[in-house]
Amino acid sequence: MLINEGAMGRNRRIRRLGQAGLWLNPMVAYFFLWAPILVLVLFSFNSSRSVASFSGFTLKWYSNILNNVMGAESAFSTAIMLNAFRNSLFVGTVATAISTVLGTMIALAMARGKFPGKRLIDGLLFLPVVIPEITQAISLAIFFKVAFDWFALLSGERVFPGFHTIIAAHVTFNISYVAIVARARLADMNPRLEEAANDLGANPWRAFWRVTFPLILPGVISGALLAFTLSLDDFVITFFTSGVGTTTLPVFVYGLLKLTVTPEVNAISTIMMLISTLLIGISLAMQGRAASRV
Amino acid sequence: MDRQFSLDMKTRWGHMKKSGALLALPTIAWLFIFFVLPLLIVLVVSFLSRGRGGVALLPFTLQHYERTFDVFFIILRRSISLAGLTTVICLLVGYPLAFFISTRRRRLVQQITLFLVILPFWTNFLIRTYAWRILLGEQGTINGLLLSVGVIDEPLTMLNTQFAVLVGLVYGFLPFMVLPIYASVERFNFRYVDAAYDLGANDARAFLRVILPLTMPGVLAGCALVFIPSVGAFVTPDLLGGTRGLMIGNLINKQFGGSGNMPLGSALSIVMMAVVMLSLLVYVFANRRERGA
Repeated sequence: MLINEGAMGRNRRIRRLGQAGLWLNPMVAYFFLWAPILVLVLFSFNSSRSVASFSGFTLKWYSNILNNVMGAESAFSTAIMLNAFRNSLFVGTVATAISTVLGTMIALAMARGKFPGKRLIDGLLFLPVVIPEITQAISLAIFFKVAFDWFALLSGERVFPGFHTIIAAHVTFNISYVAIVARARLADMNPRLEEAANDLGANPWRAFWRVTFPLILPGVISGALLAFTLSLDDFVITFFTSGVGTTTLPVFVYGLLKLTVTPEVNAISTIMMLISTLLIGISLAMQGRAASRV
Repeated sequence: MDRQFSLDMKTRWGHMKKSGALLALPTIAWLFIFFVLPLLIVLVVSFLSRGRGGVALLPFTLQHYERTFDVFFIILRRSISLAGLTTVICLLVGYPLAFFISTRRRRLVQQITLFLVILPFWTNFLIRTYAWRILLGEQGTINGLLLSVGVIDEPLTMLNTQFAVLVGLVYGFLPFMVLPIYASVERFNFRYVDAAYDLGANDARAFLRVILPLTMPGVLAGCALVFIPSVGAFVTPDLLGGTRGLMIGNLINKQFGGSGNMPLGSALSIVMMAVVMLSLLVYVFANRRERGA
């Protein structure tokens, strides 16, 4: 009896310790997740150039980046940064349009079609999501080099990497994400609705545009927004497939980040964080509204 | 004969139309040209010799693979062990965190605590990694804080070390561990735990024999999702590691610069792919066994 009570006491002590740990762990984890971001934002407002201690509030660094100033040592041009941002928007828009069409098509084929080799296609769609970015990046870089070399040999004209190569690369990694999101939506949809449309005399084309498409539209839209965000954020693959004059914002920012820690870079980072948070917030709100309407 | 052929083509066309394969064709073609073909080219190039300016030339050779497992073995090993360590730390931090989130009673609290994990990851990966340069630098925030409190007299060297890379990788990929585990703990029926207690199990036993096995699919998915991008990391070691924290991703990148060596870069990347594929296989088999059990 006594031994048993001792064991129970120990069990209770361990449990209390475990419960404390279960509270402590999330607190430490949340601190770990948020501290770097908060420090970055904080020091973008620091009146001295130091990131070791905070000495006062200023908006100087924000006005600097609008006035072509970027610390003492590095050349910086607001115009080039804005141009990179424009390039990012252009690449993102075109790549999203193409990958949304291609991704939705394959999602439809996989959900409704009956043909052999589906598991192989599943693998093909799954791989771009899991293989490391650097592998995809260098394989595309080599591929474009080989393709352009052959083209020059055959036609005598040289083609250089540029928007077309970046867009082709972005479409390739975006297709899988669009397909995954669209397929989830298709899986939720009742196929009887299409059959009903067919029974009522609609041809497949008409049944698709009048029944299927409106129902999967929220999935297609959220897939497109995901693709757009991934496109805007991508650095590694763009870095390896971009050419002269087609620098996107992440590639431009990478050039700054690599150099040194300056308050101006902190200010640019803070602005970029704000933009992407807003963008995703809006897309989530739209998804929520679209989902509640259907 | 000719008519027979055209008829045949027509029925086949009709069959494809009906089966929906036609709809899949353009996407498959795209992925073949821009995904499969490039990987095949990398495979071929990895066996070619290095020409002037780092380009690939005939004849075929195995020397790049030899160098990968000889000169660069230390970096390959470092990449794998850093990725492994990242996975273990993410699991140790992520499991209790996911458990904490999914056991909140009120739905709203659950959503907020989950949101607090996801939100930092809406910011660009480059910027999230850069933030650690501010914290870990010689004249960074952590050193500034420790010096002013008086814990240390000399600034600690943290940036441009393997430690910095490890911190950056854990920071970069922690949500990939938390989200799948959260999903499986969320689905877990806690009555099983009560049953285990009723049958005389203590806490440790209930966790090890009931909770852990039933949330194993989430754990396995999380480990795969953290390990794979960690092995192939390029940005994190590039911004935080310096030369001491060099990983295989940086080595590959270097082969595509001015004094590069494309075939060597290709061989390195094929070896990395093999590591990734191997870990995917382990994941698939472990998952299958887990489901079977």
